[in-house]
Amino acid sequence: MTRYVVRRLAQSAAVLVGVSILVFAVIHLVPGDPIRVALGTRFTQETYDALLERSGLDQPLVTQYFTWLASALQGDLGVSFRTGQTVTSMILERLPATISLAVAAIVVALLIAVPLGTISALRPRSVVDGFATVVSQAGISIPDFWMGIMFILIFAGTLGWLPTGGYVPLTDDPLEWARRLIMPAVTIGVVSGSIMTRFVRSSVLEAMGQEHVQAARAKGMRARDVLSWHVLRNALIPLVTVGGIQLAYLLSGVVVIEIVFRWPGLGQLALQAVQQRDYPVLQGAVLLFAVIFLVVNLFVDLLYARLDPRIAYR
Amino acid sequence: MTDVMQAPVAPSSRRRWVETLALLARNPMAVASTLVLAALVLVALLGDRITPYNPLAQSIPDRLQAPSAEHWFGTDELGRDVFSRVLDGASVSLQVGFVAVGISLFAGTLIGLVAGYYGRWLDDGLMRFMDVLFAFPAILLAIVVVAVLGPGITNAMIAIGIVYTPIFARIARASVLSVREEVYVRAARSSGARDLRIMARHVLPNIAAPLIVQTSLSLAFAILSEAALSFLGLGVQPPDPSWGRMLSEGRSFIEQAWWMALFPGLAIFVVVLAFNVLGDALRDVLDPKQRSAIAGAATGRVRDERGLERDQ
Repeated sequence: MTRYVVRRLAQSAAVLVGVSILVFAVIHLVPGDPIRVALGTRFTQETYDALLERSGLDQPLVTQYFTWLASALQGDLGVSFRTGQTVTSMILERLPATISLAVAAIVVALLIAVPLGTISALRPRSVVDGFATVVSQAGISIPDFWMGIMFILIFAGTLGWLPTGGYVPLTDDPLEWARRLIMPAVTIGVVSGSIMTRFVRSSVLEAMGQEHVQAARAKGMRARDVLSWHVLRNALIPLVTVGGIQLAYLLSGVVVIEIVFRWPGLGQLALQAVQQRDYPVLQGAVLLFAVIFLVVNLFVDLLYARLDPRIAYR
Repeated sequence: MTDVMQAPVAPSSRRRWVETLALLARNPMAVASTLVLAALVLVALLGDRITPYNPLAQSIPDRLQAPSAEHWFGTDELGRDVFSRVLDGASVSLQVGFVAVGISLFAGTLIGLVAGYYGRWLDDGLMRFMDVLFAFPAILLAIVVVAVLGPGITNAMIAIGIVYTPIFARIARASVLSVREEVYVRAARSSGARDLRIMARHVLPNIAAPLIVQTSLSLAFAILSEAALSFLGLGVQPPDPSWGRMLSEGRSFIEQAWWMALFPGLAIFVVVLAFNVLGDALRDVLDPKQRSAIAGAATGRVRDERGLERDQ
């Protein structure tokens, strides 16, 4: 177990170094002078020089990388080319909106995947199973941003039940926060839930075929108890992995949905940074996403090895 | 001499592919998706020869008309026929899909083949680089690549191609590892065949199945990604019709003209669904063992079944 943990930690650290180099390289891969590009057409030599000095782009490349990395490790991700705000504060501002949405979406996804996947595994090839397969296949194929737009059309436009978008902090008005959270969370949750349904189905099927389940049945245990004691306990372990990875994605990868619902999260920040060529913000946001992703993956793998000790010995 | 060397050729043969196709033909869903995709390719090839109106022709008096016998999918804010634009958009989607997945398939297979075949430091180096690319959420990595290269259809293809390369590399590598020690590969090696020849003649044909499955599934996600990039204004540039772009324009007129957003989205949905269903059917026929492992990786949203593939 310890060897496994050490190995996983070393791997993640190696990937993280690679990620940091790649993110750092972004600003240097942009064709032309990033500062000139960021400033647009009208600027004075003083503004240019000031930004150049502040960004450190006049230093040698290796020096730049280590300076950038050292500050990043201390939580200093630089200063925005546009607003002059620190990148860290811009990210922190948007964190609550992103976390609200990710958590709400994963809850919706689980509410869809666990019952649907379990029921369809209990009755393979039945009507319910067929329905679940079609639903999950459709859910994976649907463009989520289109589904979001259709939701807006129906629930905000025609029916007028919900606001079209925007975000209200939980601390300001819990009810309004929830009302605005529903549509984006359901949109993302349907897609994630569809992916997870397949995993739940296959792992419940696998668990049902195991000998201890057969034995429990043979000794006359009630079906409901077999399910909860022997099947679900084992079947839901892989769900930790899938759910964890989904959560990592939701914390970082929902740019398009944030745009559709005017949700001021991290994805929107990253996209704005691209549009405004605000490279420090882009670098900061992307680095954070990759770190979140790696950390969640690492955590999930370690948790999984703990839940299922066979993994570590492979 | 060459005849002797060809003797222990891999179990794959033309007959196996014929059998595979026959099996596939028995699955009605697979047949239906193939028909949908064939129709789509036809539409894309024929282009504006079959569109009822010129997809770029503006006609302000006809703007924002609801679907009717004349304009099946209605008209947009510049009076352009939405049906013609949806048909015309098919070629963009397919083009981006095929080119992007072509890039990933070629680069990923090459990387996986080399990593798996040679092993050691080459394997470590290449696969860790793939891990780095895999550490970014797909759409975000595509956005970053487009941010560096600049918006546009060509760069969108390159971006999506890069994003899906690691999946192919992992699948190819895992398959190579399983065939590398097979008797026919060792026989070829001991008879003095060069590495390149062994890889091309003995390894590649035997790892093709999971790669074909992944190609179909990746086409689905590449088309979704293109739509997303164009929706964000980073892919296809106006006035060319692209489904993602049309959706983003339709979004601004959602209250006056629901048809502008409905139909391009439906088109994306149908195509992506067809590639997904076909990919699943191919997997059932070609590669039933890999089922759950690939299902995860294919979505680009889940790493692999247990996140442990790289530990073997």
